[in-house]
Amino acid sequence: MSLNRPKTGGRTTHPGLLASVQSSQSTGNARRRFIQQAGALATGTLAAPGLLLAQPAPIKVGVLLPLTGAVAFPGQQSREGVQLAFEDINGRGGIRSMGGAKLEALVADAQSQPQVGAAEVEKLHEAGVCAIVGPYASAIALASTQAAARYGIPCLLDEGVADQITSRGLTNVFRFGPSYEMAVKIGINNFHILNTLAGKPVRTVVIVHEESLFGTGTANTIARDLPALGYEVLEVIKHANPTRDFSNIALRIKARNPDVVMQANYLNEFALLLRTLQQQGVKPKVMYSIFGGGGSNPKVARELGAAAEGILDCNHWYNPKDKRGAALRMRAEKKGLTFTHELLMGYNATMLLADGLERAKSARREAIVDALSASTWSDHFMPYGATRFVNGQNQGAQPIVTQILKGEVRVVLPNTFAEAEPVFPTSRG
Amino acid sequence: MSAALWPALLNGLTMGAIYALIALGLTLIYGVLHIINFAHGSLLMLAMYGVLLLFERTGTDPYLALIVMVPAMFVLGYGLQRFIIGPARHGRDENTILATLGISIVIENLAAWYFKSDTHQIATAYGDTMVDLAGALIALPRLLALAGAMVSCALLALFIRHSDTGRAIRAVAREPEGARAVGIDVAHVFAVSFGIGLACLGAAACFLLPAFYVSPMVGHSFVLLAFTVVVLGGMGSFTGSLVGGLLIGIVESLGGLLLGESLGQIGVFIVFVGVLLFRPTGLFGHHA
Repeated sequence: MSLNRPKTGGRTTHPGLLASVQSSQSTGNARRRFIQQAGALATGTLAAPGLLLAQPAPIKVGVLLPLTGAVAFPGQQSREGVQLAFEDINGRGGIRSMGGAKLEALVADAQSQPQVGAAEVEKLHEAGVCAIVGPYASAIALASTQAAARYGIPCLLDEGVADQITSRGLTNVFRFGPSYEMAVKIGINNFHILNTLAGKPVRTVVIVHEESLFGTGTANTIARDLPALGYEVLEVIKHANPTRDFSNIALRIKARNPDVVMQANYLNEFALLLRTLQQQGVKPKVMYSIFGGGGSNPKVARELGAAAEGILDCNHWYNPKDKRGAALRMRAEKKGLTFTHELLMGYNATMLLADGLERAKSARREAIVDALSASTWSDHFMPYGATRFVNGQNQGAQPIVTQILKGEVRVVLPNTFAEAEPVFPTSRG
Repeated sequence: MSAALWPALLNGLTMGAIYALIALGLTLIYGVLHIINFAHGSLLMLAMYGVLLLFERTGTDPYLALIVMVPAMFVLGYGLQRFIIGPARHGRDENTILATLGISIVIENLAAWYFKSDTHQIATAYGDTMVDLAGALIALPRLLALAGAMVSCALLALFIRHSDTGRAIRAVAREPEGARAVGIDVAHVFAVSFGIGLACLGAAACFLLPAFYVSPMVGHSFVLLAFTVVVLGGMGSFTGSLVGGLLIGIVESLGGLLLGESLGQIGVFIVFVGVLLFRPTGLFGHHA
């Protein structure tokens, strides 16, 4: 370090060298001063909780989401929801049972990759988080929940709908929303109800899906379960991500002429296929999706106009009868955001954690896990009722059916939550 | 199946025209500067956002936006080469790879930050207008893209062949030192070539947007294919880019039709590997 240097430097040799030695000495002094000050600051901070009892230490919460990469958009949407929840929780005075402790978010980017998600869990653990909210994608969740289990960190899934995540016996995982199997079952059931109520105008179905776990799994389950209800699946069409041109698929659908087209894919392809169907004049009587990429996205509804009109989607959505859902939506839209289910579920997962912390009265991980496992949280605006966790899955969770009507996403089923009459079949027929 | 063959062929052609236009810029930059522009995809994305902003903020029609986007992208390209990529070269080609890669990372992240990673599309009055070509319904924007790509290629070829700047570009492409000796400002010509390469992207963006979407990641959907087209057609060959692009478009479309969309891409790379095996200089390449 600079302390040894003056000896070898020789003060009389060269003015330039002298200057540099002096400056290095003064840098050394400055550095020492800085360290002293920083030390004082650190002690001050540590002493503060003792001095100011009204300000308990903040509770560190890990927010693990894909903020870059392939699923960056839903990940960022979820983060916005988490952020709104933090504002709400801290705004109303923090966690009351813990003397009003505020929540502090430690945001980590899973980069749309499972292994990165798992690695980020290690960092969050090091940083001392009490729980982790996220990580949107099922593939990331499989890895991150496993990594978190080693340290007993409670994981509150925002979406991560794959059933495997909660069926591995991990006690630290909690999913507030419906799993994928639950959603497909309810989704098909709801579809059947809509068709039956309308006098069964549709019978034949073509399924279009993207080629990864989510699309293939959904498509296979739908194709397996529909025939038992009296429907005929004419064709199951798989496509790559990204697909730049849907003309061929549109032509195949046109040749099959199904009553119903069901999509299981992501936003870009969802929208592109809709547009191509519209262009090719393919007008199935019903467009229905389960966890559809854009079927309940208000921006798709607006931007695609006629091509999106009448689309039904069975997805995560708030109870429209509860004013708080609409209020959250207004707040998000005021910030210039599109209100999507990812944002909604990010918000929910964080609020569930806040309830768990209230019940646990502690930021200890085991205490939170115990509190969540036994929780009966009903102070939310989802159509779920009070929470009841079995193997980490909230049993009352259910998706609801929305329809794009006059460019707006409206809830049409189940009846208890409906804000508009379903149009079935849509005017497309 | 056979009824779908003709529309699939036409769809492939129209998509291929876009690939060709994107590859055209890439091949020009390679042919003259001997650098592979890794920022091509993200610059295409940037151009598409330009078209989107013009449409959303000022109501400019995407085709009218050509008047703005082509010169704007030219200027951007000129500046990038003159002030960043050129100076970063220091006489070593691998430096330019890092420079263009760096530019692409910066642009993509800036876009993700400023525009968010949301997907945008634009709705035009003619977006869903279909043209009946002997029984095949083709979207009007796609046909315009085909025509636009053809015209752009022809204009560029004429420009390179007959204008003074074009002659200078050809001279620099072939023998930079000799060109310098006869008084050509090589750095300027490099920057002009890079600018023209990006101007092609500006045009491609205008032709793409009425029928496609834009997101910060959209460049990735095209850039790999554009590289394939360039190598397939012969590095640095305009005709090669055009023919290569159209060929890739058709192979992709027919592959999707016959093998299923998930496997459609296989055809593209089988053709690619075949060309590399039997004609390593590409379809229209001259030297190894």
